[in-house]
Amino acid sequence: MADLVWLIPAFPLFGFLTLLLLGRRFSEPLAGYFATAMVFVSWIVAVAVYFDLVAKPEEERSVTVTLFSWLPVGDLQIDMAFLADPLSITMCLFVLGIGGLIHLFAVGYMHGDPKFSKFFLYLSLFIFSMTLLVLGENLLVTFLGWEGVGTCSYLLISFWHTRESAATAGKKAFITNRVGDFGVMLAMFLAFESVGSVSYSALNGSAVAGTLSAATASAIAMLLLLGATGKSAQLPLYVWLPDAMEGPTPVSALIHAATMVTSGVYLLTRVNPIIAESAAWAPTMIAWIGVGTALFAATIAVAQNDIKKVLAYSTVSQLGYMFLAVGTGAYVAAIFHMITHAFFKALLFLGSGSVIHGMHHHQDMRHFGGLRKLMPVTSATFIVGWLAIAGVPPFSGFWSKDEILAYAYDDSKALWAVGLVTAVLTAFYMSRQVFMTFFGRYRYADALPEELQLTWNNRVREAEARVVEAEAGLASVKDEAVSSADKVEKAQEKLAQRETEMDDVDPSDDKAVEKAAKNLDKAREAVVKAQESAQESVAAIRPLQDKVETIRTEASIISVEAINGMSDETVLNDEELPASVRERREFQPRESPWQMTVPLGLLAIAAIGAGGMNLPFTKDLHFLGKWLEPSLFHNEAHLKLSGTELWVLAIIAVTGGLIGISMAVRIYLHEKTERATVELPILADAWKYDSAVTNFMGGPGRKFFDLVSWFDRTIVDGAVNGTGRLVRSVGGELRAMQSGLVRSYAALIAVGAVALIAWFLVRTTF
Amino acid sequence: MAQTGSCDVIAAVEPTWYLIVSSLLFGIGAFGLLVRRNPLVMFMCIELMLNAANLTFVALATSLGDINGQTAVFFVMVVAAAEVVVGLGILVSILRRRPGATADDLAELKG
Repeated sequence: MADLVWLIPAFPLFGFLTLLLLGRRFSEPLAGYFATAMVFVSWIVAVAVYFDLVAKPEEERSVTVTLFSWLPVGDLQIDMAFLADPLSITMCLFVLGIGGLIHLFAVGYMHGDPKFSKFFLYLSLFIFSMTLLVLGENLLVTFLGWEGVGTCSYLLISFWHTRESAATAGKKAFITNRVGDFGVMLAMFLAFESVGSVSYSALNGSAVAGTLSAATASAIAMLLLLGATGKSAQLPLYVWLPDAMEGPTPVSALIHAATMVTSGVYLLTRVNPIIAESAAWAPTMIAWIGVGTALFAATIAVAQNDIKKVLAYSTVSQLGYMFLAVGTGAYVAAIFHMITHAFFKALLFLGSGSVIHGMHHHQDMRHFGGLRKLMPVTSATFIVGWLAIAGVPPFSGFWSKDEILAYAYDDSKALWAVGLVTAVLTAFYMSRQVFMTFFGRYRYADALPEELQLTWNNRVREAEARVVEAEAGLASVKDEAVSSADKVEKAQEKLAQRETEMDDVDPSDDKAVEKAAKNLDKAREAVVKAQESAQESVAAIRPLQDKVETIRTEASIISVEAINGMSDETVLNDEELPASVRERREFQPRESPWQMTVPLGLLAIAAIGAGGMNLPFTKDLHFLGKWLEPSLFHNEAHLKLSGTELWVLAIIAVTGGLIGISMAVRIYLHEKTERATVELPILADAWKYDSAVTNFMGGPGRKFFDLVSWFDRTIVDGAVNGTGRLVRSVGGELRAMQSGLVRSYAALIAVGAVALIAWFLVRTTF
Repeated sequence: MAQTGSCDVIAAVEPTWYLIVSSLLFGIGAFGLLVRRNPLVMFMCIELMLNAANLTFVALATSLGDINGQTAVFFVMVVAAAEVVVGLGILVSILRRRPGATADDLAELKG
C-alpha cells in the first residue's frame, strides 16, 4: 500500500485538471463538493499508507517510490520520487484532514462568489503542491511543491484582485518569499556540489555518516533556514503574512495558518541530520530567531483590532515556537505543536470567518461584542480554540507548548523566559479577542467613528449655515434702515422746499396760498411718516443683532463639541445618523450554515483531544515521539529534567496563561483599566517594521539595485553585445578580400604556401 | 620480373632529377593558373600541378623504399578524376549559359 503513495498528490491533481477543463460548466456547489471529495479521497489514501507503515517493523518504515527519472543530466540525477516515512505521512494526514474540512467550510463561505469554481481550482492546485512538498524525496521535488504553494498563495491572497489592497498583498507575499526561495536554491546547489545529490537519503546519509564537513552543513542549514523564514513568516521575512489576510478567510485558515506556513518547520525537521552536523551556533540561531519572532509578533497582536490580523500575528508567533523547538533539538515537540496549532488555528480562523460571514464582512473587533448568544456554535468552538492556544490544560495547545518550553528550559533559561513571556501575551491577546468579539455589549449597531464624524460635520455645517442666514437677514435690515434714513432726509428737503415756496408765494393770491399750505401739510406728514418707519427699522436691528450673536455662540459650541465629543453617540438624534447605522440596527447576525459549522465542530474536537497523541507522563504515552523516531535519526534532544522540575515548569506555564487571561478580563470584560495602557500605537504599527523596510528599500536599497541593474546592462550585457559587434565589424572589413576573382585566390594560396614552406625551412634550419 | 625491371629503371635515375622535373611541371602549372583566364586551360594547369606532386611521391617512395608514397598517388588520382568530373560539369553548364566567359567574369560571389 505504501507503494501507492503517489496517489496522494494524484487525486488533487486530477481535481485541479478537471476543474481547469470543466470548472465553468459545474454548478456552484458542485465544483466545491468535487474538490472537497478529492481531498478526502487523498486523505483516505494517506490513512491507508499510515496503517501500512505502522504494520511494518520500525526500521522499514521508510518507502521511496520513484515514478520516473526527472532530470538525468550527467552527474545530476534527479528522480520524481516520493518518500513515505513517518514524518511525511504525519504531515499528509493533518494537511489533508484539515484541508478537507476547510474545503467544506469554503463551500459555505464562498457561496455566491462569481469566481466560485476558480477558487476551488486554486485550492486543489494548492493541495497538490503541498502534498508534493511534503512527500518529495529530494530537495527539488520539495522545491517544486514549495514554489507551487507560493504561487497558489499569491493567487489566493489576491483572489479579490479588484481590491487594490488584495492585489498589493499578493505581490508582497510573492516577492518576500522570493528572498527565502533564493536561500533554498543556493542550499540545493551547495548540497549537489558537496554531496553530489539533492535526495534526502543521500544528504542525510552523508550527514549521519559524518562525511559532511561542519562548515558545509552549517551553510546548508543556514540557507535552508533563510528559505524557512520566508515561507514560515519568521523575522526578518514575516512581513507578508499579516497582509496575506486580504485573501478569503478559508485561504487564511488553510494556507496561512495550518499548512503552507509550517513547511519551513517541516523542511528543517526533514534535514535534521544536517542541523545536527552543523556548528553549535546554527541550532542556537534557529532557536533565537524562533523565540524572538514569537515575542515580537505576540506584542504586535496585542494592539490589533482586525479580527484576522490578531490571528495572523498569533500564527507568526506560534510558528516562532516551532522554530524554537527545532533549534533546541525538540523535533517531536515542533511537529506536535505544528499539528495541534494546525487544529486550533484553523478552528480559530474558520471561527473568525464564520463571524465575518455573519457580520456582512466587517472585521473590526471594536464593533463586534456580545455575539455569544447570536452565534452559539461559532462562539463555543472559538472558545475551545482560545483555551487551546492560551495553554489551558487539558486542551491540546497546553501539551505541545509545555513540551517546547520544557526543552527550551533544558537548553537555555533565557530562551525559556522569553517563551514564557510570549505565552502570557498569547493568553492575553487571545482572551482580548474573545472578549471583544463574543462577550460584552452588542456593539455592532453603534455608529463607527467615521459615521459619527460625518454626523457631527453635518451638524457643524448646518449651524454655520444658520449663522450665515442670520447675518444676511441682519444686513438686509440694516440696509433698510439706511434707506429709510435717506427717505427721512428727502422728506425734510421737500419740506424745506415747500416752506420757501410758502414764503415766496404772493399773499394776495388766495388760491396759491391755499395750495402752498396744502403742500406744506403733506410734506410735514411725509416727514413724520418717514421718521416713524426709520425708527421702526432701527428698532428692528437690535434684536436681530442679539439673535445673530446667539446663533454664533451656538455654532461655536457645536464645533467645540464636535472636537471633544466625537465618540459620544448619545448626544445625537437617531435621524441625524447616516443610513448605514440604521441599516445595521435592523440587521440581525445569524449562525452560519452547516457547511461551516460542521468543520468547526470537528476541528474543535481535534483541538481538545489532539494533546493525547503525545502525553508526557510516561514514555509509553509518547506516541508521536515513538512514531517519528525513524525520521529523526536519533537527533532528538533528550530532556535532562526530572519529573518534579517538569511539573513545576508546567505549573508556571499554566499560571502565566491564567495571568494573561485575568489581565484581559480586567481590561476588556470589566473595563477597570484603560485599553490605551496596553494598545500602544507603536504596537498597532508593528514596531514600525513595515515602514522601516519600505524606507530602506525605497532609499538606499533602491540605489543599490539601480547600481546592480546598471552593472548588468552596461558591463554584463555590454560584454556579450560587444563581442557580437566586434565580430561583425571585423567581418565587414575582411569582406573586401572576397573579390570573386579565382585567380587572385589562387595567388593568395600560392603566397600562403610559399610562406608556409619558408617557415618550415627556417624552423628546421635554426 | 617486369615490375622489378621498371623499378630498376626508375631507381637508376637520381631522385634529384625527378624532383627538378616535378618542380618545373608544378611551376608551369602554377604560372599557367595565375596568368590564363580561360577556365578550361586553368583546369589543365591544376592537373599539371597534381601530376607534379604525383611524380614527387612516386620518385621519393622508390628511393626511400616506402610504399605509402605510391598509395598517396592513387588517392590523388582518384580525387583528381572526381574533381575533373564535377569541375568540367560545372564549366560546361556555365559556358553554355555564358559563352566565352573567362574566370574573371565569374565573380558573382564577391563580398
